[in-house]
Amino acid sequence: MSTRTFDKPDQSFEASRRFFLMASAAAGGGLLLSACATQDPTDGASTVAAAPAKPAAPPVDINAYVAISPDGSIRIMAKNPEIGQGIKTMLPMLIAEELDADWSKVQIEQGISDQARYGNQIAGGSFATPQHWTPHRQVGAAARLMLMQAAAAKWSVPVSELSTGPSVVRHAASKREISYGDLATEASALPAPEKAVIDGLKLKDAKDYRIIGKSVKNWDSPRIVRGEPIFGIDVTVPGMKYASFEKCPVFGGKVVSADLEAAKAVPGVVDAFIVRQVGSDLMGLLDGVAVVADDWWTAKEARKKLNIVWDEGPTASQSTTDYDRQAAAFAKAAPKVANLRNDGDAASALKSSAKTLEASYSYPFLVHAPLEPQNCTAHAKADGTVEIWAPTQNPGPGRAMVAAATGVPADKITIRLIRCGGGFGRRLANDYMVEAAAISKQAGNIPVKLVWTREDDMQHNPYRPAGYHNFKAGLDKDNKLVALTNHFVTFGAGEKPGNSAGLPPAEFPAGYIPNTNYGFSVIPFGVPTGPLRAPTSNAVCFAYQSFLDEVAHAAGKDPLDFRLELLASPTAPAPTPGRASFSPKRMSDALRIVAERSGWSRRASLPKGVGMGIAFYYSHQGHFAHVAKVKVQPNGQWRVLKVWVVGDIGSQIINPTNAINQVQGSVIDGIGEMSQKITIDRGRTVQANFYDMPLIRMPDAPQIDVHFNVTDNSPTGLGEPALPPVLPAVANAIFAATGKRIRSLPVIPADLRWA
Amino acid sequence: MAFTINVNGKTHTVDVPGDMPLLWVLRDKIDLKGTKFGCGVASCGACTVHIDGKVARSCVTPISSVGGGQVVTIEGIGATPIGQAVQKAWLDVDVLQCGYCQAGQIMAASALIASAPKPTDQQIDEAMSGNACRCATYVRIREAIKTAAGVAVADTREA
Repeated sequence: MSTRTFDKPDQSFEASRRFFLMASAAAGGGLLLSACATQDPTDGASTVAAAPAKPAAPPVDINAYVAISPDGSIRIMAKNPEIGQGIKTMLPMLIAEELDADWSKVQIEQGISDQARYGNQIAGGSFATPQHWTPHRQVGAAARLMLMQAAAAKWSVPVSELSTGPSVVRHAASKREISYGDLATEASALPAPEKAVIDGLKLKDAKDYRIIGKSVKNWDSPRIVRGEPIFGIDVTVPGMKYASFEKCPVFGGKVVSADLEAAKAVPGVVDAFIVRQVGSDLMGLLDGVAVVADDWWTAKEARKKLNIVWDEGPTASQSTTDYDRQAAAFAKAAPKVANLRNDGDAASALKSSAKTLEASYSYPFLVHAPLEPQNCTAHAKADGTVEIWAPTQNPGPGRAMVAAATGVPADKITIRLIRCGGGFGRRLANDYMVEAAAISKQAGNIPVKLVWTREDDMQHNPYRPAGYHNFKAGLDKDNKLVALTNHFVTFGAGEKPGNSAGLPPAEFPAGYIPNTNYGFSVIPFGVPTGPLRAPTSNAVCFAYQSFLDEVAHAAGKDPLDFRLELLASPTAPAPTPGRASFSPKRMSDALRIVAERSGWSRRASLPKGVGMGIAFYYSHQGHFAHVAKVKVQPNGQWRVLKVWVVGDIGSQIINPTNAINQVQGSVIDGIGEMSQKITIDRGRTVQANFYDMPLIRMPDAPQIDVHFNVTDNSPTGLGEPALPPVLPAVANAIFAATGKRIRSLPVIPADLRWA
Repeated sequence: MAFTINVNGKTHTVDVPGDMPLLWVLRDKIDLKGTKFGCGVASCGACTVHIDGKVARSCVTPISSVGGGQVVTIEGIGATPIGQAVQKAWLDVDVLQCGYCQAGQIMAASALIASAPKPTDQQIDEAMSGNACRCATYVRIREAIKTAAGVAVADTREA
């Protein structure tokens, strides 16, 4: 059962939707609805290795997304990269609903990378739902209109007298009915509706949905459970060789020499050569040595013969122990960059507070480690074109990088989007893509499949940046939080935080207390950083929602009540620049419901060693509140027993089965992050594989209660926002269970001993 | 060196070094790509196959050690009643997100049910802890195993 609450429309969503419409119009005219030449329906590896069932007669394009065959089968293109977030299944549901399609006749195919046809194609930021919610329904509605226009012409009746049912157009007055398949050819010859017409089309009321809101199972599952080759690493093209590529263990290091002949002497090795860095992007093409062979294992093994001498460069002087020392030194002084956020007079308010608290929180670098190691198949052809089969989240920048590295113009590069074995932000970078293209070219224009080892992946990654938060809080005589300061120490260059290493000025409780001051200092860093699922939020949420828990306890208040009181008292008229759609009401409602569902008020009866913690967070336009219940053994071994999640992502849960799956996965993923770390030693990543960078396993996955609080707001995405609150909810539960406050990640079980 | 192995009931002869792992023979030599590479050190379970009915991590199984063992991979597991039931349960429960680990999960789950037809939560934890799912679909993997085995799906662990 969902509860319904009502709030004002989400303005920030409106802005992003308009942007999407304009971008589409600028790129391709109209809504990209004009019928294009039929796209080669190459669904990545599938047509190479195992052709999917084809309809008997070829489909005709109604628009860029929809093609209908005379037999009634409907092909809908899924435009965005699939990384496990379920977008390949979900986006076509939006189109099919307003097309009024018979879902059993729908075939989903993956679109290739094509900016002019599809606009941006990116799996990131949980943007796909808010950005496509209206435009994709309009795509379906426009195609439906064209089918109705074709029927109107055939029957010589006005369109206004027609209606549709699942894949049929009906004329009630004459009791006639015709299938979409029988109209496809005529409809495809019609001009695409003008934008003004499309914007005027009435979309369905939610109560009439037949597809949206019904659980549609992951489209590719049947093929995956049979072991069909549909991932990037499975791509095979004729004449293909296999490549392995060794880069300097220190980021940005250069090859001085390598024993190429020794590698070439290994039976099965076709070639070995030095590849040189292009540009300065540490997530671009770096120096390294490529080995090309008849099979991948041979190529990988031959790397052992290379005896590469590296010029390690300046980053070889950097280590995590030094970062920690620098962070401690920064913390003793004022922030180098002051007043990232400044409300009131926090310094004076702290001085006059009845009670003050200080605490420092820190968390380590993290690696993405999608289970499919980075890989890409590329063919830099002798005719001056490049063809790429890439498991990427973000093909656009990859295309530019390949163009720069190969000298082939961007429009001569074809990028096929192949299902990714996980993303988590790692595949927003395209280093593997440019490597594959460069190796293919240098190997003599032969097609090459590059596959990284797990060690390559662990040690060449844009890491989730570590961070240090040095908080001070002041409570007045009534135990109200009146002042908060944070000197945040992060990583980057000069005074600029690196990728995903910044602190949002709007970070709660800024804008909800009278005196706030945030500032930061930057540790120089030679290792690439980047977005990990719920970037910034996955780290900052732990620090802030844990410290607020400390403040609640210091104030003698229930951590739930303390949070609700803060949310009820915004102090600034525009408290959250960049977070315009944050609603304290939606968040408060989520908190109240999660408290109710979890039995929060009855937690005093829990035995020693068992505790409950609460946290909330707003990210990616989603409002989430979590309660975690944790059991800590006297020896410090801990396990999360159960997590309750309440999420508010608006008015419609588009594909419920996947929505719940994403939340369950986010919760377990977040718990797993609490035991992980990446450390840097002499510019190298220390951890190598899953034996020293553990992934969470089945026994540590708790029971999870997922509830969506359906509200009258436009739907938003779900790949990320359920993750951040897990970490502080669990840390706060550990405190409740043991009295030990987790101020530094990863959690060290020995520190939690309580008997 | 030539090795003759039996995979999913068919014999294949390959000419490879004896230390080449079975995983790469399957993937690159006999074009069975359903078995996945995740770590190369038997730490993640993505490469799980059956040899004579027992779970094996093919990424650390040298081809020279396979001998006359009957190898079954994800492409062949559907030929057994248990494998078929597990595949069906995986679809019914809508387990997967990215899906990359699921071939290994299905192979491990099939071996579990073959040895423990009505697995308990503890048996599931023990049998499946060698198989990592980076998307963390563990709630549904547990449910799908129980569905395939025909036991009540409720999680009986302390909560």
